[in-house]
Amino acid sequence: MAGLAAIFGSGAMTNSIREIEDMEVIFIIGSNTKETHPVIANRMIKAFRKGAKIIVADPRKVPMVKFSELFINMRPGTDIPLLNGIAHVIVKEGLQNEQFIAEKTEGYESWKKSLGEFTPENVETITGVPKEKIVQAARLYGGSRRAGIFYTMGITQHACGTDNVRAIANLATLTGNIGRESTGVNPLRGQNNVQGASDAACLPNVYPGYQKVDLPEVREKFEKAWGVPLSPSAGLTATEMMNAAVEGKIKALYIMGENPVLTDPNMHHTIKALENIDFLVVQDIFMTETAKLADIVLPAACAAEKDGTFSNTERRVQRVRKAVESPGEAKGDLAIILALSARLGYDMKFTSPAGAFEEFGSVWPALAGIDYHRIAHRGLQWPCPTKEHPGTEYLYKDGFPKGKVPFTAVSYTPPAEITSDEYPFVLTTGRNLFQYHSGTMTRRVVPIEEHAGTPYIEINPADAERLRIEDHEVVSVRSRRGELEVRARITSKIPSGLVFMPMHYHEAAANLLTIDALDPVVKIPEYKVAAVAIKPVLAKV
Amino acid sequence: MATLKINSIDVVVPEGTTVLEAARKSGIYIPALCQHPKLTPFGGCRLCLVEIKGMPRPVTSCTTPVSEGMEVVTTSPTIERLRKTVLELILSDHPNDCMVCEQAGACTLQELAYEYGIRENRFEGERRQYAKKDGNPFIERDLEKCIMCGRCVKICDEVQGVEAIEFGYRGFDAKICTSFEEDLSCEFCGQCVAVCPTGALTGKLWSKKGRQMGVREVDSTCPYCGTGCSLTYHVKDNEIVRVTSKDDTINEGLLCVKGRFAYKYVNSPDRLRKPLIKKDGVFVEASWDDALDLIADRIKGIKAEHGPDVIAGLSSARCTNEENYAFQKFMRAAVGTNNVDHCARL
Repeated sequence: MAGLAAIFGSGAMTNSIREIEDMEVIFIIGSNTKETHPVIANRMIKAFRKGAKIIVADPRKVPMVKFSELFINMRPGTDIPLLNGIAHVIVKEGLQNEQFIAEKTEGYESWKKSLGEFTPENVETITGVPKEKIVQAARLYGGSRRAGIFYTMGITQHACGTDNVRAIANLATLTGNIGRESTGVNPLRGQNNVQGASDAACLPNVYPGYQKVDLPEVREKFEKAWGVPLSPSAGLTATEMMNAAVEGKIKALYIMGENPVLTDPNMHHTIKALENIDFLVVQDIFMTETAKLADIVLPAACAAEKDGTFSNTERRVQRVRKAVESPGEAKGDLAIILALSARLGYDMKFTSPAGAFEEFGSVWPALAGIDYHRIAHRGLQWPCPTKEHPGTEYLYKDGFPKGKVPFTAVSYTPPAEITSDEYPFVLTTGRNLFQYHSGTMTRRVVPIEEHAGTPYIEINPADAERLRIEDHEVVSVRSRRGELEVRARITSKIPSGLVFMPMHYHEAAANLLTIDALDPVVKIPEYKVAAVAIKPVLAKV
Repeated sequence: MATLKINSIDVVVPEGTTVLEAARKSGIYIPALCQHPKLTPFGGCRLCLVEIKGMPRPVTSCTTPVSEGMEVVTTSPTIERLRKTVLELILSDHPNDCMVCEQAGACTLQELAYEYGIRENRFEGERRQYAKKDGNPFIERDLEKCIMCGRCVKICDEVQGVEAIEFGYRGFDAKICTSFEEDLSCEFCGQCVAVCPTGALTGKLWSKKGRQMGVREVDSTCPYCGTGCSLTYHVKDNEIVRVTSKDDTINEGLLCVKGRFAYKYVNSPDRLRKPLIKKDGVFVEASWDDALDLIADRIKGIKAEHGPDVIAGLSSARCTNEENYAFQKFMRAAVGTNNVDHCARL
């Protein structure tokens, strides 16, 4: 999201879910929307019924392809050449938005030169996508002035994730497809409150509302608000924390509601890091793989047992209400943090969720107009600076906070790990429709487990035939970091040379295999490309 | 725009609006079983019959677009007699088991029978009997209760884009079928369950957990993906017994399999119930005071010895805004470090 924030000014989805249905062209890249955001896919289907043209770009034949005008089946990790190639054709055919470029952007001419090598022919060689499809995509997206781009982790979970986002932003900037109703760039958030956790600044470099910790005037503002001196230097990101822990530079770690053992890349590395920490506290609703390594485990309340708010992917702050009492002595996370803070001699100054939200709004103007009363029936979208403000459906209506939008030249960086004779397959990971993330919740739901309780690896029929693997057969999958056994699911939805594993299953944890190569800017790991070897477990006679 | 009269009241609606929609917008009630605002009109149930001046016989209001100067009558002795007959015909092949039906109290057919005072049925005859139960783990398909309104078929196709079910066979044998009549295997979004006007489609998890009486409804937000669907927990005796979503929400009442059916984690026997302190490699139950005192002492000790930057916190995209705000404030103001992050990148 940092990539997008640097270009347009904010890292959030620029449109609303409602606006999707009136889009003319929907360009989905690196998002398996139908499985990971099913109800947003419903809106896209609604748009499709109203005549929208849908482009799907994905290495896998994801379910949304059924509704697509154009399916671009590129090789994993080749998003940049694909996007640059589309931009190349848009410029060549004169489909760019000259007025928008002249009035609202900078750096166009020099960026345009950087596209030179990305001819459809060259792009076809790198991506494996026929050049006609690249031209068609350019005409569809570039030919529309009411187009939206949608992406998720298929774009960001690469060592070149930030550059991928920049390439997407360039396309929107080139065509002026941003800052209007039903027109924009839309990263879909994967978890219920990623937006809110980021807004609230559970991030090492910013205070609430993305206000930078290393700016003295910002720090002074928060020192005054919170009544204590604050650290002037940015902290460590989650992945950096794990590396620091391995080096013995982190002595204590407090984890509230996360399961990094299963969700971080390179599981052996994560376990080693957590075991090397002197004092580990895990606060969760279940005894997760991570909690097992803790010194102290605190029982927390789940979402149905507490009051508060979540902020969804369209920046909408919505109420969460307590429906049932927590089991045993489990407590809400807020109550636990307040009790602990008091023991450290620091008074938080609020005692209830409503009080915490009010203070959040007092330090970040974008939330100042929202209170529990106003969102009792329907949430409001930030920015919402005053109590009379109706909230903001789409961003940049009145221009961009940073003034002009920069074009950024991005060059192709191949994935950190490429295939070899020893590791001939590319492994990509993700979610399926039925399970959720590390599975701590969904795997305890009986019908979900009955229907989708078995881990699997998707493999193309031609590859399976060559390796003499049959459907449902147990295969061994090995990368430079680990090895596991899992059942094969033979499907033509995945192209030859690529295999897919869902991340949800601890008994065949995809992240044993993934690489902890990081994007240099936002430190996101490359979950989407790792080189692996596959063989049947039972030798054929 | 077109101006028409419904029951002598002037109504102005956009061209292309159906008579049924125009009436509903004006607060005039017309009963219907197959019509649904999310779906294209079908005209299957024949309950929404109205009289329109100049037309020789009653027409289905759900399939008739308005026209300028149209004069519509939505209720008359003839219309009501026709509607009652239609209902009696539907009920003649519907099991009389409201006493044990999951949907009692939330069933449109039951409500209409109540409204029209239908108890005994004039039309006695053969009834459909389906012994086979669908083996899927999510959705109970009780075809004997199905009135063939087609809402499930349409929502599965038009809204969900899955086409898992279709009308099969003809006449008395007609029924809603999956491919080759196998067990339902689809996305299990349960959109069909939500629009079913009878008890033909219900959640298997709902069975015998509670219907209307003693059930509280609590509006909240789905805890799974970032879409943030509004949902309603139905709660009885401190247990979530059903999850639904209202039509006037940002998600327009639609949910996915996780939002609608994956709620049983809440009262899983695996839930953590007491603070646990590891002693010699084994977790031992502790009081909150002991656990929190120990955490505070260890943090203070480590901070005194090494400074605050050897301490780090990971918060969660699963927790609320308020909890995340408090957590980072705790790390920054109480502990004294910016080492705080969450899994936005993961």
